[in-house]
Amino acid sequence: MSVPRTYEQTPEAKAAYDARWKRVMDCVALKQPDRMPTTMMATFWLAKYGGINNRQLMYDYEKTKEIAERAILEFEPDAPSPMILGVSMGPSLEAVGYKQVQWPGHGVRDDQPYQYLDREYMMADEYDEFLFDPTGFYLQKYLPRVGEAFEGIEEIAYLPGLQYFRLIGGVRTFARPRVRKALEALMKAGEEVERWGGHHHDFTQRMAAHGFPMSYISTSISPYDLIADYFRGATGMMKDLFRNKDKLLQLLDKAVTFLVRQALFGIKTSRHPVVFIPIHWAPDAFMSPKQFETFWWPSFRKMLLALIEGGAIPMPLWEADCTKRLETIRDIPPGKCIYWFERTDMVRAFEVLGDVVALRGNLSPSLLTTGKPEEVDAAVRHLAENVFHKGGKLILDGAFGIPDETPVENVRAMFAAARKYAG
Amino acid sequence: MSKMTAEEKQLVEWLADMNEDDGVALAKRMLLQQGADPMRVLELCRTAMDIVGKRFAEGEYFLPELVLAGEMLETIGVIAKPLIKQRAGGEPQRLARVLIGTVHGDLHDIGKNIVTFMLDINGFEVKDIGVDVPVATFIDEINDFKPQVVGLSGFLTLAFDSMKETIDAIAGAGLRDDMKIMIGGGQIDETVRAYTGADAFGRNAVDAVTLCKGWAGVAA
Repeated sequence: MSVPRTYEQTPEAKAAYDARWKRVMDCVALKQPDRMPTTMMATFWLAKYGGINNRQLMYDYEKTKEIAERAILEFEPDAPSPMILGVSMGPSLEAVGYKQVQWPGHGVRDDQPYQYLDREYMMADEYDEFLFDPTGFYLQKYLPRVGEAFEGIEEIAYLPGLQYFRLIGGVRTFARPRVRKALEALMKAGEEVERWGGHHHDFTQRMAAHGFPMSYISTSISPYDLIADYFRGATGMMKDLFRNKDKLLQLLDKAVTFLVRQALFGIKTSRHPVVFIPIHWAPDAFMSPKQFETFWWPSFRKMLLALIEGGAIPMPLWEADCTKRLETIRDIPPGKCIYWFERTDMVRAFEVLGDVVALRGNLSPSLLTTGKPEEVDAAVRHLAENVFHKGGKLILDGAFGIPDETPVENVRAMFAAARKYAG
Repeated sequence: MSKMTAEEKQLVEWLADMNEDDGVALAKRMLLQQGADPMRVLELCRTAMDIVGKRFAEGEYFLPELVLAGEMLETIGVIAKPLIKQRAGGEPQRLARVLIGTVHGDLHDIGKNIVTFMLDINGFEVKDIGVDVPVATFIDEINDFKPQVVGLSGFLTLAFDSMKETIDAIAGAGLRDDMKIMIGGGQIDETVRAYTGADAFGRNAVDAVTLCKGWAGVAA
């Protein structure tokens, strides 16, 4: 895609777009919308819907856009997810030689989804280095560990402290063969990622012309999950709660600053206020209330407040069951966030949080994948009657979007039931 | 376990209380300087792990404590095991054999590892056959290990079908009546249990222990 295409938005499409966006924003502002808004978060389910495999979805930009467009036009969600971002990354991941995930056709079969490789990408004795100079730690250690294209970049001279003719001398490291190779690989990768971004932009513009706003565009992560998932690994992080407690707390606090900076940059460049934040390590079963209130929540709350202050609408997806966290995570300004719940009972979430946040979710994956359409209908009815019609600002979605294996008739049942029971 | 000395009690307490530095240092001192019986030290570790398991079951401890407990046990085990002289009797009688693995297509293992640890400290003989386990491997391992319980783990939604295929294959091989099958993982619920044909599902490692104890005819 060299020249971006432009799409005309008819007055009718604009009216539909505005009405859909208002429906969602009314929920955020804790005002009753004209009907229960629906969203559609689909990743590899699109392959099933379009009759192709996951690998084709990852690599064929045009085909993926066509399938995603067809799905959105059939189901008419008020705010679909930016579907190209998550599932058309094959060429970009390949260009970066990304090592933290396996994707269809690259480590896993063509018909499988992503598999994250939970490992220690930062060692327990590297906290001081990361804390002292995050950028230096990225260049010297982290980036070559997570992407082949970065390999060699660690040979660039360590920059802080270089000055005058020493600064000039340091420049010679850019001529080293491994540095040159890294820079060339990164320029190539940059071009591929730019292409991917272009297709994403093309898709969102096309959907806007049809009258559909995206439910979010930029994404972020909580400080704890950043370090647990992408640096220390699950078990490394759990050991750090005992062995490196103070340094971990310092790093979590420091991470707030750069995560907020990244997320606010994201909402500015995407011109979309909602920041999607999948939450992995908050569930009830993963740590004690005391550990949650010591290690997990304070840095995330600080991040939420800074995002809100910066004009963002944070949308954390509280994965698994977070029932025991509800009272704690209530402690934010009302009318500023969307809390998306996966396995937490939505009625209970509404009781505790209904006057603070909009809610999103949460038809169970087992129901959507193995249930019958009439069971899906009943589950939507339950949410409409016990949450939406009781004043809950519920945005209907699957617990984590539409699971990959969901029969199409169950998706049809979900959207039909939303219209039937809540406008 | 026979009566403990004050020092032995201290070791159990430190390990159970997650005092890794003092606990491991004391175990090392007992083993390497005081010439303590390594079997006795491992027995004390097991007593500490019983307390950890109870605190986990009661909701006082969570995953981080189990992970650290496992680490402490391993560190001490590495020192103690080479010191053990061959003796008669060997390992104590185990309650039952449990074969456990993550089904094909799925690489997640944290939950499975925790279940393995908890079953082990509760007296079961557990064989963990890893992640992304093909159906045929499960059948071969069942024939070899002859477990009374098979545990299938999976985090992704694709695991629903992998579990069903694995259980169907076990039935197809004529082995289904010889064992109980339990499933667990992020999205597993009663709907998935019914879909796969498993005997039971568990939400966490405590459920897994309760199920296995029930099937082994031991009070949970």
